[in-house]
Amino acid sequence: MEICRRKGAIEISELDPFLAELLRQIPASANPGGAPAAEQRLFSSPTNGKETELRAEWKMYVEPELRRLFQSATETVAGDLEQLNGNEKTFENRTLRIPAKHSDAWLSALNQARLVIAVKNNFTENELNDHFRSPIGSRRDLSLFQVNFYGFLQEFILRELED
Amino acid sequence: MSCGPRRDGGCLAQIKETRGIAQVSNQKTGSITTAEPTIEKETRSEEELDLPWQVVVHNDPVNLMSYVTMVFQRVFGYPRERAERHMLEVHHNGRSILWSGMREPAELYVQQLHGYLLLATLEKPG
Repeated sequence: MEICRRKGAIEISELDPFLAELLRQIPASANPGGAPAAEQRLFSSPTNGKETELRAEWKMYVEPELRRLFQSATETVAGDLEQLNGNEKTFENRTLRIPAKHSDAWLSALNQARLVIAVKNNFTENELNDHFRSPIGSRRDLSLFQVNFYGFLQEFILRELED
Repeated sequence: MSCGPRRDGGCLAQIKETRGIAQVSNQKTGSITTAEPTIEKETRSEEELDLPWQVVVHNDPVNLMSYVTMVFQRVFGYPRERAERHMLEVHHNGRSILWSGMREPAELYVQQLHGYLLLATLEKPG
């Protein structure tokens, strides 16, 4: 896999089917559906528990806005990922172009996915910092690899935004 | 964000008065009667008005350090060095007070931080 900036876009080329599949999983992974803890992490409390009035207002007015914001980001990413759809035989060495104007949507969707996966798997801080763990061992290891791979993409996008 | 009264007054004694004088005319007699003005009073304790609200960000092992720094720069307009200092404080101490002041802007900051998926709360000191 190669990642670089080209003509106002981030280009991820020579994508092997495994990493391409991980990319295609971003929108689904960002969905907390069925996991209350993940839902709670994406829509965390705005207070330390004392301001009940504020919490009630937040639920009513802010949460729907946040929900729309997160959904809009994952939809943008899903749209970009359509470049990876197609015949599986020609799937190898595909290139994904992420327009610079979609960078924020990607950062958000990748973050949503990382948070949801981490909560669903109950990853510890030590596990999250273990970047050399093999993704092959178990389903849990694969999820950890997914979190780290998405983190790597986030880092790259952040660097591009800085330049 | 919300409707309803705010507690972000800048002065110690805060009394909001609404004076409305309603005039009712009587067509038969041609007289006009004036209703009593209504006065709404809203009072807050001195302590409540003195203490600013704090925007606190809490540690989260998932969010990347570079991402958190960028968010602080974007939301608060802090220079990179200051944003990094706060990020490291969150990382090492578990929390950092990013901003303090009146409630309404504090709420907006917390809302923005939640939009970036950071763990942020609005708190009163003490």
